[in-house]
Amino acid sequence: MAKIHVTTTINGEPVEFLCEPQQTMLDVLRDELRLTGSKEGCATGDCGACSVTVGDRLVCSCLMLGAEAEGQEIETIEGMADGDTLHPLQQKFLEEAALQCGICTPGVLIAAKALLAKNPDPSESEVRYWLAGNLCRCTGYDKIIRAVMDCAADMRGA
Amino acid sequence: MNALTYESPGSLDEAVKLLAAAKGNAKVLAGGTDLLVQLRMGMIKPAMIIDIKKIPELTAINEENGGYRVGASVSGAVLGEHDGMKAAWPGVVEAFELIGSTQIQGRASMGGNLCNGSPAADAVPAMIAADAVCTIAGPNGRREAKVEDIVTGPGQTSLANGEIVVDFLFPARPARSGDAYLRFIPRTEMDIAVVGAGISLTLDDAGVCTDARVALGAVAPTQLLLQDGAAALIGSKLDGAAMEKLDAAARAACRPITDKRGTIEYRIKVAGVLARRAAKIAQQRAEG
Ligand SMILES: Cc1cc2nc3c(=O)[nH]c(=O)nc-3n(C[C@H](O)[C@H](O)[C@H](O)COP(=O)(O)OP(=O)(O)OC[C@H]3O[C@@H](n4cnc5c(N)ncnc54)[C@H](O)[C@@H]3O)c2cc1C
Ligand code: FES
Ligand code: FES
Repeated sequence: MAKIHVTTTINGEPVEFLCEPQQTMLDVLRDELRLTGSKEGCATGDCGACSVTVGDRLVCSCLMLGAEAEGQEIETIEGMADGDTLHPLQQKFLEEAALQCGICTPGVLIAAKALLAKNPDPSESEVRYWLAGNLCRCTGYDKIIRAVMDCAADMRGA
Repeated sequence: MNALTYESPGSLDEAVKLLAAAKGNAKVLAGGTDLLVQLRMGMIKPAMIIDIKKIPELTAINEENGGYRVGASVSGAVLGEHDGMKAAWPGVVEAFELIGSTQIQGRASMGGNLCNGSPAADAVPAMIAADAVCTIAGPNGRREAKVEDIVTGPGQTSLANGEIVVDFLFPARPARSGDAYLRFIPRTEMDIAVVGAGISLTLDDAGVCTDARVALGAVAPTQLLLQDGAAALIGSKLDGAAMEKLDAAARAACRPITDKRGTIEYRIKVAGVLARRAAKIAQQRAEG
């Protein structure tokens, strides 16, 4: 079977890879590029653990083909920290213990970052609706929501 | 299993040629939020996937004679940021934005919502109420069809081999017009409609309804356009008697099934209630 050659940008770096036509972007990230921060919780678009941004749009990488990455700009959780300096959201999640097992966390962080880029001052219900596609089996969501709200306040103040 | 191939043509002509040549063995890919789930689950086994998002017409939104032409593959996230569509057709935009999560909105399209053929597709009743017309490109050139003529049954459409929906034309609005879409789901987010109701109407200066379209989803094998529902509203000020007539027309039109989300009786009752509520919201929007 002929593999597809894809040229794309991931976390600001030019990347080339080969993939099967049916291979999802999530599988390419995890299995071909060894970027295993994005998780597979469901593979059907329900849980958000695989969230990445493509050209600044938040999407489920489990519902995107690797071949569709051609010419796109993709951001994954691996691109969120600046070297050893965590992104303010990552820092806040640690300080406020907004995670337990951590499986949902990369997706939640990517989604929360996309929210704050679009809306630096979201209400609690805006945060809850925006993150409705990110399922968490551990935290009960409250700490996640609070950490996003607190981080948004810090980032506005800074 | 056949080896799958992936194509991403840059023009409609090319896409139509590929699709027609595949004789039913190819699938068009827009946002993939239905298609890739079906592929993964083995429900479909196409030999070719044709990504249509590189075709400029399919991802454009243009003003046309005071209305808007929206590409079939425009995502919910993009339409939701379009001030012109939000002002002219808030009901269409709110229906489309109800689909899935923020992540799903990043990819889901109205073309996909329609052509997937689900009776519960949320954008479809609102598009039907809006009297939207789609452009369809195929091996024999282009044709136009009303949105209500596309879905013929669950998972079935009237599109012929090789045909692709190009865009939807939402016509210019007369003054004092409004539309609305409401759905009922057991949760507040991320669920499939038990009932959906889309209504578009126009009022005269005295507040009398001069034109209306009423559409229901999830209560029959296809979305329904209710002539009786429109008749109940036209000539009225949406008073109690008109609302009763609309409720009765909605209930009479339903041919639902019982499933885990709701029984037949429940769906019928909710259809009447949602139609009335959507009519009231459309009225408020029309009054400005
Ligand atoms: C987690 C989740 C939640 C969801 N929630 C909802 C919801 O609340 N309400 C709802 O209505 N739906 C929901 N859906 C279903 C889906 O997201 C929508 O139906 C969406 O609009 C499909 O659009 P798409 O662009 O992703 O279509 P695709 O998956 O790309 O395509 C769907 C079908 O239409 C065909 N097609 C697509 N575009 C065209 C075209 N232009 N011409 C001809 N054929 C075409 C494809 O070949 C395919 O058969 C949900 C899905 C998921 C995964
Ligand atoms: S793995 Fe993609 S949404 Fe769950
Ligand atoms: S921390 Fe375990 S799923 Fe969210």
